Amino acid sequence: MFSLKRRTHGDVAFDWVNNVLMLAICFLTLYPIWYVLVNAFNDGTDAMRGGIYWWPRMFSLESFKTVFQSSGIMTAMGVTVAKTLVGTVVHVLFTAMVAFALSRRDLIGRKLYTFIGTITMIFPGALIPTYLLIRDLGMLDHFVVYIIPVLFSFFDLIIFLSFFREIPDGLIEASEIDGAGDFTVFLRIVIPVSMPVIATIALFHGVYQWNDYFTGMIYVNDTDLQPIQTYLYRVVAQASSNQMISAMPSGVAANVTSQSLKLATMVVTTAPIVIVYPFLQKYFVKGFMIGSLKG
Amino acid sequence: MQLNGDNEEVPHKVNANAEAPNPASAAAVGSGMTRRKWLRKLYRQRYLQIMALLGIAWMIIFNYIPIYWNVIAFREFDIIQPLSAAPWVGLEHFKEFLSDDSLGYVIRNTLGMSLLKLIIGFPLPIAFALLLNEVRSSRYKKWIQTISYLPHFLSWVILGGILATWLADVGIINKILQALGFIDTPISYLAEPKYFWTIIVSSDLWKELGWSAIIYLAAISGVSPELYEAATIDGAGRFQRMWSVTLPCIKGTIAILFILAVSGLLNSNFDQILVLRNSLNESASTVIDVYVYQTGISDGRFSYSAAVGLLKSVIALGLLLGANFVTKKLNDTSLF
Repeated sequence: MFSLKRRTHGDVAFDWVNNVLMLAICFLTLYPIWYVLVNAFNDGTDAMRGGIYWWPRMFSLESFKTVFQSSGIMTAMGVTVAKTLVGTVVHVLFTAMVAFALSRRDLIGRKLYTFIGTITMIFPGALIPTYLLIRDLGMLDHFVVYIIPVLFSFFDLIIFLSFFREIPDGLIEASEIDGAGDFTVFLRIVIPVSMPVIATIALFHGVYQWNDYFTGMIYVNDTDLQPIQTYLYRVVAQASSNQMISAMPSGVAANVTSQSLKLATMVVTTAPIVIVYPFLQKYFVKGFMIGSLKG
Repeated sequence: MQLNGDNEEVPHKVNANAEAPNPASAAAVGSGMTRRKWLRKLYRQRYLQIMALLGIAWMIIFNYIPIYWNVIAFREFDIIQPLSAAPWVGLEHFKEFLSDDSLGYVIRNTLGMSLLKLIIGFPLPIAFALLLNEVRSSRYKKWIQTISYLPHFLSWVILGGILATWLADVGIINKILQALGFIDTPISYLAEPKYFWTIIVSSDLWKELGWSAIIYLAAISGVSPELYEAATIDGAGRFQRMWSVTLPCIKGTIAILFILAVSGLLNSNFDQILVLRNSLNESASTVIDVYVYQTGISDGRFSYSAAVGLLKSVIALGLLLGANFVTKKLNDTSLF
């Protein structure tokens, strides 16, 4: 942050200890993931003996092949991709749209609307009442249960709001003089200039959609509609390796075990997030700060 | 709420408040001329109103109707009948829970794990942020940040799978402990209740240490460098600067996050516990949220579990107000 002309011995020692400590934290963070990775890329039967720590002992891609051949896993993967894409797009557009309306200072009823929203942050919906509502709405076992109940979030609205207030009034007024309606202004002017905040919310909601297993677990019985995380939950938490074995297509290599298949599925499920998030880091750190400062 | 490093926003906010029209008073003045003007204004912003009201409609359906549904806690609700057919039973369900055998261990598990998370998981991200801030190379700092945020983006299901692999009989933990001679035979950690709290607290720390530090790092970046220079001229060492410059400057942030942490004492990380619990560690893993889920969704006792959930929400609100009051007295910082 600032440089000193002379560093004392104490300073140098401190830096050394601190850097080593940070390195240790990074190692402890990455190694558990690495351990899963090398075991997933190892021959399944051989991995059961344990002792694979740094590098695959018998490198094998059989487990991954099986994952991509299993129709059960691929269906679940498809549900996850669909709910993440659709859910994120409509969540971002809908929440941003409401935020745009509430960001306009001359909006009649703005204070009342904001009050109604604030209450929802103090009293979040409890499990049982929400379950009964979803049931009454006929959303059980329906794809929309992944989308509509999380269509909007007042917390995300606040993040949008603080960004939209920064947009110069002149920009919006100018386009209104040109005869653009409110929807046009929102889609053509506000959305394009708000990409950083949109990227932030899209990342947060996308990660939520990708990682959520609970919705699929309590609202969905149809196995063709369950996302990959719910599928994995049933395998991991209920330790039902039967399901994992039944996911194997016939004629699978004998050295693929339910454990190696599980690890390979975990790797395939996590890879997209791990690859995408470092690129969005600069956005979400800023967005997170705005959100937490305001919230 | 207001934190450090918000310099840009403050004047703007004041400005917004000053310019904000008061719709209530505008509507109240009902004389013909203003009324026509008001209606014309309303008509002009009809599309904006549609946008706002769509959001309000969503909140009424998905937030307010569930709040209303809490009344089943005071009734004997049966899922095959409409709500109006459910007889009122007053506080029956609350009394039942308070005299239930499970009350004791449900409360113990909930508070036990939450308090451990508060004692260990609250100060460590602050320490991490302070030390990370002392790293000189900004590139190295960036790398550490990127790596330390990573686990936050993994789902609990994946982490549950990782933990199951680590803690398995042939897993690395057992192998290490056996190699060092601490144990002779492998231990099934997830099958024994006595290890459950440790697993919960440490895996939560692993997942969220870096992520929880973001907000402190943001607050620290708002501290004026002049304060450090002044402290250095006065002969303060690294630890002294951290202790008497950085910490006091971010104490508002710490206070607010502490209020939130205390008000969340009755909340467990439902996603986390659901993944790691099983029938063998039940006695250590059943927390209020799990109990509500089990009695409600699994056993179909909707009224009873809604009562337990409602009781929890009310106590949580009390905790929030209490923590807010205490920090306000001590620190002059508060959420509201």
